[in-house]
Order: sequence, then structure tokens, then C-alpha cells
Amino acid sequence: MATVYIPTSLRRLTQGSARLASDAADVGALLGWLDEAFPGLGAELFDADGNLHRFVNVYVNNRAIDELQGFETILEREDEVAVIPAISGGQTNGASPASGRFTPQQAVRYSRHIILPEIGGVGQRKLLNAKVVLIGAGGLGSPAALYLAAAGVGTLGVVDFDDVDLSNLHRQIIHGHANVGRPKVESARDRLADINPDTTVVPHTEALTSENAMQILDQYDIVVNGSDNFATRYLVNDAAYLLNKPLVDGAIFRFDGQATVFMPGQGCYRCIFPSPPPPGAVPSCAEAGVLGVLPGMIGVIQATETIKLILGLGHPLVGRWLLYDSLEMEFREIKLQRDPECPLCGDNPTIRALIDYEVFCGAPMAATGG
Amino acid sequence: MTVRIRIPAPLRSVTDGQAELTAHSDNVGQLLGELEARFPQIGPRLRDEDGALRRFVNLYVNGEDVRFLRGLDTDLKAGDEVSIIPAVAGG
Repeated sequence: MATVYIPTSLRRLTQGSARLASDAADVGALLGWLDEAFPGLGAELFDADGNLHRFVNVYVNNRAIDELQGFETILEREDEVAVIPAISGGQTNGASPASGRFTPQQAVRYSRHIILPEIGGVGQRKLLNAKVVLIGAGGLGSPAALYLAAAGVGTLGVVDFDDVDLSNLHRQIIHGHANVGRPKVESARDRLADINPDTTVVPHTEALTSENAMQILDQYDIVVNGSDNFATRYLVNDAAYLLNKPLVDGAIFRFDGQATVFMPGQGCYRCIFPSPPPPGAVPSCAEAGVLGVLPGMIGVIQATETIKLILGLGHPLVGRWLLYDSLEMEFREIKLQRDPECPLCGDNPTIRALIDYEVFCGAPMAATGG
Repeated sequence: MTVRIRIPAPLRSVTDGQAELTAHSDNVGQLLGELEARFPQIGPRLRDEDGALRRFVNLYVNGEDVRFLRGLDTDLKAGDEVSIIPAVAGG
């Protein structure tokens, strides 16, 4: 016969009883019994889908059921169960992002997410547990990183070897004037820390190369591509595919943007462009210019798709290539498909490991992001 | 057949700034010939020395890559929309 401790705030629903006895076999059965025996109590404990509210913690002998077997935690005689609504003063201090419950501050910070039935506490937890790597802290990486951190993505890797330049600031909005000359990765880390202390920024202050790409990307769940040259784009494409990671791709040029999501096995960058342009055929942003606000649009689409992938929400931008023309203010969609002849993800692949991308493209990996 | 051709921003410098053109062609190969006749500078941007489509510029008919259709022999019908989409790398 286990005992349930009822906190002050809920005793109005248990006729004032602080302790109740139950012969339930496990925690789930005990909570079910509370729900049936005390009208109104269920609504305090569960949401419409029958999940525990994010702000309710359940303990057995002072251990959170998340650390035990959850609802299947077996109850023995003498066990004491406590049902503690966190916001009214439960044991919330010290809850880490990885544990099952939100701190009071998190419950407020993410409240507009949590009240969305499509996200809820469960979805917000997924965001906090997610690990995303941004290739480049430039035009695309800036808005993507800002929104991913604000959304509560728990780990953001940032790969960029470059320093902040004054000419970056008209579009690379993660960096400020005071950071000109500093490494972009450090500038980004400071800005992201201010936006959301829940986000851990992992700095990779180095160029992405065939030597380090597999090891870096392997630490993350999703790759967001904001690189600024063809060699790095093929490298990121190949590494993400070989590691079986989703690649949220974006690219910009002057007034136009492109975005898509490559899911391994459903087509890749090489399926669209089997080979890169010869060096000099397509000028860089530095040579041709770029509308400063353009990467905002594409980078935020990349952040949106990343969040959707983490949450398993909606229809991802897979098999679809979204083209944005800022001058016409027009979005168009092109169908993408896996090319059976693709040397990477086709039926008879010839690329099974990373290659030398500077040789492949005939051009150096000038910079990583923007 | 009257078809529409969408010209991407990087190529508008050789189409007098026009973003959309119309042409009267029965297939993609003919269409390219017509474009090249009107805008001689567009040819080298789309084809290599052997006349084959460059691998970093794609052509789409109603959103479908002509490489997965019949390439330059892909038929066009009235009202079709042909898009030229180049690889871009900026970030």
C-alpha cells in the first residue's frame, strides 16, 4: 500500500487530505486512480492527450519518475509518491535541459511554443535536446542561428574560420559593429548566449575540410548549410549523406535565393548539379554583390525547416527546391528527385568517402560562410 | 507552341534585363536555338563547346528537370513554362 503526498495547492480537490493510500501496482495506475477518485484532479495533472503537464513532477521516494521507469515504475508497500506542480513551488531548481521538466524560467521562455498543441512540452524538450551544426556564421548562418537559439535548440555547432569584416555587417546580422575583427564563431557565441542561455554553442573555429568534416558533422543531428563556395557545398553534401544526416540547404546570389532539404536517400546536391561550374564562371557575393536582406529570407526558411525536422512537424522541403526571386517577390518550386546515376547517392555510387574538393571544383574553399 | 521562359537574375544581363520571355518552339533544343538567335551571349552560358547543356545550369519544364525527361528533345506544348536555374553558392 503506497502513500501519495498531495501538495497544498491541490488539497482543495482531495477534501483537504495531504496523504492518500493506494494499492495501485504502478505509478500510471496510481495517477489513473487519482484522476477517477478526485474530480478535477486529473485536469491538474494531465493535458488533453493524457500526458503529464509539463509543470507537474512526480516522485517516488524523492526520485523523479523520469529517472525511474516513468508511469511503469512499480510501487511497493511503504513507497511514498509525491505529485508536485513545479510552478507552485516544486523541486524545479537545478533542472537541466536534459532532464524531464522545465525550470520555471523555461516554462515562461517557451510558453508560446508550449501552448501550441503541435509543439507542447514534448516538442520543446525535443528542441532542447537537439544538436544542429551551422556551416558558416555568415549571411545564411546568422539568421538561422539566431532563430534556432531563440527557439531553444540546445546545442548549436558553428563552423567558421573567418573574422568579422565591416563589409559583412549589411547582412550578417548575428555580428555587431563592436565585433569587427573578432572570429565570427566567438562573435556568434556571445550573441547567442545573450539570446538564450539554454543554448550551448560549440565553436569550430576552423575551415571545414575533407579531413575534419566527418568528425565535426557526426556530432550533430542536422546540418544547416550556409557555406559560400562550391567546394564546401559539395563537401558538406557528401559528408552529410555519408553520415546519414539531413542537410538543410540554402544558397544566395545577388537578389535570388534557393532552399531545400536533402534527406539521405531522397536526392542530394549532386543529383541537381552533378558538377560545379568552372572557376570564375559564377562570381562570389564579394565579386557580384548581394542584397543584404536576401539571406534573411533564406536563412529563416532553413531555420524553419530545421525546427520542423526536429519536431517531426508538417511537410518538410524534401524533394522540392524553393526558389526565391526578391526583385519579382516571387517564390517558385521545382521538383527534385534522386538521380539513379548520381555518383554519391545513385544506384551504383562511386563516391564512398570524401574527396579533394578543391581539385574537384578547381577552386579553393575561400571562406566558409558568407 | 508559345511557351514562357523564366530567366534567372544572373542571366538577365544577357537578356536586356528581362525576367520572362516568350518563344515559339516545339522542343527544348529548338527553344535554346531561338534564345541564342535573339541573345547571342546566352549560348555560352548554357552550353559547353560541344553544344551540350552545362552541368551547373539546369533546365526545367513545368518544374521537372529535362535531364529526367528527354533532355534537349523534351517536347514543349502551348503554355509550358521553362525555367533556367543556375547553381549559386553564396551564403
